[in-house]
Amino acid sequence: MSIAVAVGLLTAAAVYLFMQRGMVRIVLGFILASHAANLMLFAAGNVAYREVPYIGGAALEEQADPLPQAFVLTAIVIAFAITMYMVTLAITTTTDDDTENEEESPAKVLYGERR
Amino acid sequence: MGAAGAAVRKNKLARHIISMGTLLAIFAFSVLLVVVTSDGTILAHRVGGWTPVDVGSEGQTFEIAIPFVVDALSALVLMIISILGIASVMFAMATHEARARFFHPFVLVLMAGVAGALMTGDIFNLFVFIEVMLLPSYGLIAMMGAKLGAHGARIYVSVNLMASTLLLVGIALVYATAGTVNLAELHGAALDDPAVAIAGGVVLTAISVKAAVVPVHGWLTRTYPMTSPAVTALFSGIHTKVAIYAIYRIYSLLFDGDERFLWVALIVVSATMLIGVLGAIGEKTTRSILVFHMISQIGYILIGVGLFTTLGLTAAIFYLLHHMIVKASLFLSTGAIEETYGTGEIEKLGGMLRREPLIAITFMAAALSLAGLPPFSGFVAKFSIIRATLEETHYWVAAVAVIVSVFTLLSMLKIWTGVFMGDEPKDLQERALTYQERMHGKRYLRVEAQAETPTLTVGPPTSTTLAVLSGEQEVKVPAKLIIPGALLAAVTIFFGVGAEVLMSLSATAAEGLLNPEIYVEAVSGA
Repeated sequence: MSIAVAVGLLTAAAVYLFMQRGMVRIVLGFILASHAANLMLFAAGNVAYREVPYIGGAALEEQADPLPQAFVLTAIVIAFAITMYMVTLAITTTTDDDTENEEESPAKVLYGERR
Repeated sequence: MGAAGAAVRKNKLARHIISMGTLLAIFAFSVLLVVVTSDGTILAHRVGGWTPVDVGSEGQTFEIAIPFVVDALSALVLMIISILGIASVMFAMATHEARARFFHPFVLVLMAGVAGALMTGDIFNLFVFIEVMLLPSYGLIAMMGAKLGAHGARIYVSVNLMASTLLLVGIALVYATAGTVNLAELHGAALDDPAVAIAGGVVLTAISVKAAVVPVHGWLTRTYPMTSPAVTALFSGIHTKVAIYAIYRIYSLLFDGDERFLWVALIVVSATMLIGVLGAIGEKTTRSILVFHMISQIGYILIGVGLFTTLGLTAAIFYLLHHMIVKASLFLSTGAIEETYGTGEIEKLGGMLRREPLIAITFMAAALSLAGLPPFSGFVAKFSIIRATLEETHYWVAAVAVIVSVFTLLSMLKIWTGVFMGDEPKDLQERALTYQERMHGKRYLRVEAQAETPTLTVGPPTSTTLAVLSGEQEVKVPAKLIIPGALLAAVTIFFGVGAEVLMSLSATAAEGLLNPEIYVEAVSGA
């Protein structure tokens, strides 16, 4: 249950941050969202088994499911890479990380004075 | 196959050759795969050679390796994507984009991700390969779209990361409810257990975002026009189409073609067809019209998943293959104009039929094929789609499909009359020269028309200069920009005239989707 509460809180916070103005806040939202997804993956392996899944570490029936741990490990790396890229996008594109003008900008860029 | 991507960094000119060589190799390899799988055989391989483990209860075994499976559908999609890759890279080489640092490695990693996503038989591995496919795309879309600002890249990355996270959550739910992520072992799991069906629904929702199905299509129309034409053409055939492939594969295996949920798909695809095409009519640049058409066509392709009959799936797979070619051809032919004249705005162009007859023919062929007129492959595709919907007595879906065709033709005619017919705008030549100089640093000889005695000047234009050039100096779309689009247009005519071959291959692929038991057997017998 505690893991469900944690996932719920993280997701709520993530959705709130997605709707915010600055790009950095959106990136923070994505970090929380990927945390939620990773916790979810852990939960999928049944968190009732809490011992380290290492050979000889504990009795086999007490060890945690190693497959979701491998999934999470993969997902963390992927999310980290994309987060780094998004942070770069936040600081390189305009003078600030504001995203409010994006609502009209594609049309402006495509039809407006490009030169 | 993807390992080649990493090797392509050092030598300057060798990059072109290595990249093209790899793409051609992928093409040759996929043709081979199509030939092998054309009789319905499914190739399966366990990566690492891990054999299934016996857990001791009732002799049941569990797969532990990642299976790589190739059936007719994945082989066909891979073949078409490799054709698109070749054409788009040819185009990018012609526009000198391919000289950019990391362009070729990005494209090759993209192709590696595509090949992996098409072949894998494991949902988590599918997620990983989709990321492998997306990461170089983020690079490409921002790199080549730099002159348009990076807003497109921001939206693209955000939405795709969101969808990927949702996909990950869906996979977690599938694993929690079904206990495995191996597609073959998941066969029919959603049919037996509603909990798995909900988990599968989350997965399908996430993939639908990537396929830009209607309630979640806005990101595509705002990002694809915001990069270079070559990249748009490349992406048009890859990301959404791999997502469509994944939808078909997962619905066939996990849901076993469950008929209870088909009405959802039918409503969604009808909305997609309609809203996509209506959006296209409202747009003002060639590329944004074509991007909205993409959405509308994704609706057509997904009709197959809403019918799940032999005829419906065959038609939809044919439509998928036809559409990837045609769309890329359209992006490349209008992209050639955009790259040469510096704008894709319909208002600022005109008279291209006289000026660029070859492009006009290329565009016309692909546009008529898109709208579904007889000599081209689009006719066969649309005809069989509509026949399949009528066979299932979904008359309203058929009606939507027919009406949308009319609108498609309408907006294609809008491009045609705006860009190719009519008079050339007076400043067309001048704008093209300015654009060429700005983009490629090319200097053109200009004649000062205002001066009493014309003086030749070399250099950036001023408002008073007017280019009065002799025939050979006139800005024209170079042949190397026309060829890739024309090549693809030729393929659509070939598919239209010789539809029989592709149709029978599509039928084999459809058979594989309808009877996932063969797939499961192939994986367990690998």
